[in-house]
Amino acid sequence: MKDLVETASEVRVNDFVLKIANVNGTGSASANGLLMKAIFRMGVPVVGKNLFPSNIQGLPTWYEIRLTKDAYMARSGTAEFMVAMNAETYKQDLAEVSPGGFLLYDSTWPRPDLHARQDVTAIGVPLARMCNEVFENARTRVLMKNMAYVGAVAGLTGLDVEVIKELVTEMFGTKEHLITANMKAINLGLDYVREHFPDPLPLKVERMDATAGHIMIDGNTAAALGCVYAGATFGAWYPITPSTSLMDGFKSFCEKFRVDKDTGEKNFCIIQGEDELASVGMAIGAGWNGARSFTPTSGPGISLMSEFIGFAYYGEVPVVLFDVQRAGPSTGLPTRTQQCDLTLAAYASHGDTKHILVFPANPKECFEMAIQSFDLAERFQTPVFFMTDLDIGMNDWMVPELDWDDSYQPDRGKVLSKDELEAIEKFYRYEDRDGDGITYRSLPGVHPKGAYFTRGSGHNWKGGYTEDSDEYKEVVDRLVRKWKSAADAVPGPIIRRCDGPARRAIISVGGCDGAVIEAMDQLSAQGVNLNYLRVRGFPFNAEVEAFIAAHDEVFVVEQNRDAQLRTLLVNETDAPKDKLVPVLDYAGMAANPKFIVEGISAYLDALGDAA
Amino acid sequence: MTSMPKPFIDKHLPKNELGLTVRNYEGSMSTLCAGCGHDSVTAALVQAFWELNLAPESAAKVSGIGCSSKTTAYFMGQSHGINCVHGRMPSVATGANAVNGDLHYIGISGDGDSLSIGFGQFAHAIRRNLNMLYIIENNGVYGLTKGQFSASADIGSKSKKGVANEQTPIDPCVQALTLGAGFVARAFSGDKSQLVPLVKAALMHKGFAMIDVISPCVTFNDHAGSTKSYAHTYKYYHPLVHTDFVAHAEEITGEYAEDGAMRVTLHDGGELRLRKTDSDYDPRDKAQAIETLMMNDGGGEIRTGLLYLNEDMPDMHAANHLPKTPLNQLPYEALNPGKAALASLQKRYR
Repeated sequence: MKDLVETASEVRVNDFVLKIANVNGTGSASANGLLMKAIFRMGVPVVGKNLFPSNIQGLPTWYEIRLTKDAYMARSGTAEFMVAMNAETYKQDLAEVSPGGFLLYDSTWPRPDLHARQDVTAIGVPLARMCNEVFENARTRVLMKNMAYVGAVAGLTGLDVEVIKELVTEMFGTKEHLITANMKAINLGLDYVREHFPDPLPLKVERMDATAGHIMIDGNTAAALGCVYAGATFGAWYPITPSTSLMDGFKSFCEKFRVDKDTGEKNFCIIQGEDELASVGMAIGAGWNGARSFTPTSGPGISLMSEFIGFAYYGEVPVVLFDVQRAGPSTGLPTRTQQCDLTLAAYASHGDTKHILVFPANPKECFEMAIQSFDLAERFQTPVFFMTDLDIGMNDWMVPELDWDDSYQPDRGKVLSKDELEAIEKFYRYEDRDGDGITYRSLPGVHPKGAYFTRGSGHNWKGGYTEDSDEYKEVVDRLVRKWKSAADAVPGPIIRRCDGPARRAIISVGGCDGAVIEAMDQLSAQGVNLNYLRVRGFPFNAEVEAFIAAHDEVFVVEQNRDAQLRTLLVNETDAPKDKLVPVLDYAGMAANPKFIVEGISAYLDALGDAA
Repeated sequence: MTSMPKPFIDKHLPKNELGLTVRNYEGSMSTLCAGCGHDSVTAALVQAFWELNLAPESAAKVSGIGCSSKTTAYFMGQSHGINCVHGRMPSVATGANAVNGDLHYIGISGDGDSLSIGFGQFAHAIRRNLNMLYIIENNGVYGLTKGQFSASADIGSKSKKGVANEQTPIDPCVQALTLGAGFVARAFSGDKSQLVPLVKAALMHKGFAMIDVISPCVTFNDHAGSTKSYAHTYKYYHPLVHTDFVAHAEEITGEYAEDGAMRVTLHDGGELRLRKTDSDYDPRDKAQAIETLMMNDGGGEIRTGLLYLNEDMPDMHAANHLPKTPLNQLPYEALNPGKAALASLQKRYR
């Protein structure tokens, strides 16, 4: 153990990254989740990122757990402690360890190559051998090897085994034999490192009190919960990574909350469509009929849905689309994250179409904005896009507990009741009675006076077919007025100002938030002071416009190649194009502050200027 | 979809149980070509709905794109209609139906809309046993785009320019049978006496009820050499089963009445009486139905009537255990688990 301490550069308490390299399909996810949850239970803020292949079994997968005493929300991009469980990626994994870091490997077989770096300490634990000696069948041995490294990591870092035991007990409930077996495996790893490496590593986990009032939840689950609380009753979908777990979540919450125990009747309907075209068609049919309806999908699904989206826009049918973005174009990288559908969603479908978008940055906002999306869709009678991504949707994030106000009532928009229809002289579907661009609608079957024809073909304010230029223009002009008025109804931007004056600023969106905040701290330490606005809705409201006007230059930070948020800002505000400087990351990984710090620094260096 | 209102004169017309005349079930004036088969289907729908004493607003009309899809504007102007995108009517109908099963869903489609661009959705609506009347107004041709063959054109059938179709036709009835539809019928727009009772029966059938109506296109497919012309259809038209719908049936005493008709009680009320015109045809025998239809491949006899009936299959609502109160009418309180439940649920994320 003496040599371990000598190579270690510094003691880091609750501030390092534990990265675990696995082979997918070997059951490592629960072991890694266990490690992260245990750290969280010890009161230490964590960031967890699952990097997985588009594959079922046999390809490399990594899990990053960042312990961050300062409660940053992003990846750091470093790896101080690597658990190398995949022989295929040893070389890459060793190379990735930060200088002074550690690498734990399975020493059942000699691995001299893993000792190649002088600045990295390799720690061998014979995980396979120990598990083979203790456990019977092949699958159990593979699974238990994962638990054994959990024990080894705990022993080396000071992670409390009692917390791990508590979690294992919760995980398996009444299945006593599974609790015993898993704890046995954990203790194999723990006892081995205690015996062979008695001195703790300089990478330490120590109890804190910084996670009280918080939960660990992924954005798809939180959004699904939002759909339940919004009162959505209909969801149609076609399976696609990374959105699938959203509908899985909705189903499981509905099974819990929406099934009549006596009759077995379900107060919800979920239909797996034959494709995305059908799924959005079903959601539109349900929305037309007065139910809160939605479809979760990803970029390829939005491409397929585009014709129907234009129909719902022009026919003014409420529907919510959850776009859990992944890297494109085409099939792209299905298991990598990007913010690459911003322009697609903003103007989806042929002809003049503009849509309402919301941009959550974390699972808590996923819950809240899911509810807002349904309110917006019904109030404005139009498709609403909930723009999340794989990083937010599929990774577990530490967020404040979700809260609910029991006085909430859904905004169902202008829907005429039977009595109201009876009372009015004549109903015209697209008559702008209130002058706000939002017209009254009626639901099928309620009253014969409410009957009208929803069509994607040219129509006039009465709802009748038209090819008359003036009648056509009257409707499409109203639609754009209606869309513009949504700027003040979508979630407003969040502005974070630095201490003192700043000439320059950042505008960013969604899951970049954590990386931006951390980058601002790092830049500020270098004397670069920036203000920051996070866009949360589209169309942009006046605050966004004013924020850009108030700064000399604005760095637009986003995760796509083509600066799509910047494109929307150029298109939809009066901001001069050259004032908006793109800072882009499109490698498909969850954002880390590095690209922002480097991008902005490089720009300022080129100017020979500091902010 | 061009349309104009019809003059409303109903002084001397008979009234149904709701005190309404057929005029109350009409829509705006048809803008289809004079003599179009589709207008006869529209008339049959009006007649059937009136005869069934259904409130006009209890219908929900759904359609896609094409001449057939335009016709939803021409009947029941007092009910909601949605004329969506090409070939995607079944999905809109599915979502609408899921959240309110109390309405009568009437889908009007064509051979282009259902058998080409919308073939997938047509198939999957059947698989879900969506409770709806699904009419295909089948003329073997694309009318609005001026005369291209559709997927139902028979081999050898000639276009207006004299070109023979060489691709095998898709028979919607055979497809519907193999996909599991519980009500499969074929009719001819030129025979109202057959079509009206079939429409009534289909409306009262709980599940997917398809009627493929041979409905000639007078402008692009009514010439010599076409197998979807009026002349050809009249010549080869062969009803296999005669269907009557009886709204208020007396108690059933045996499966077959004195006239030899098979009696079938429908879940939504009423009774069907099926009389065979061919002694060996049994509308309960799916294999026979498929065989009979496939035998005719290539433009032989056009066998019509209620070709297959199975009224006992659970529809989409039953399969999804949907509540009696339509989902779109559930109060928000019944849907929102509330603050305490949210707090309790989140323990699992600690």
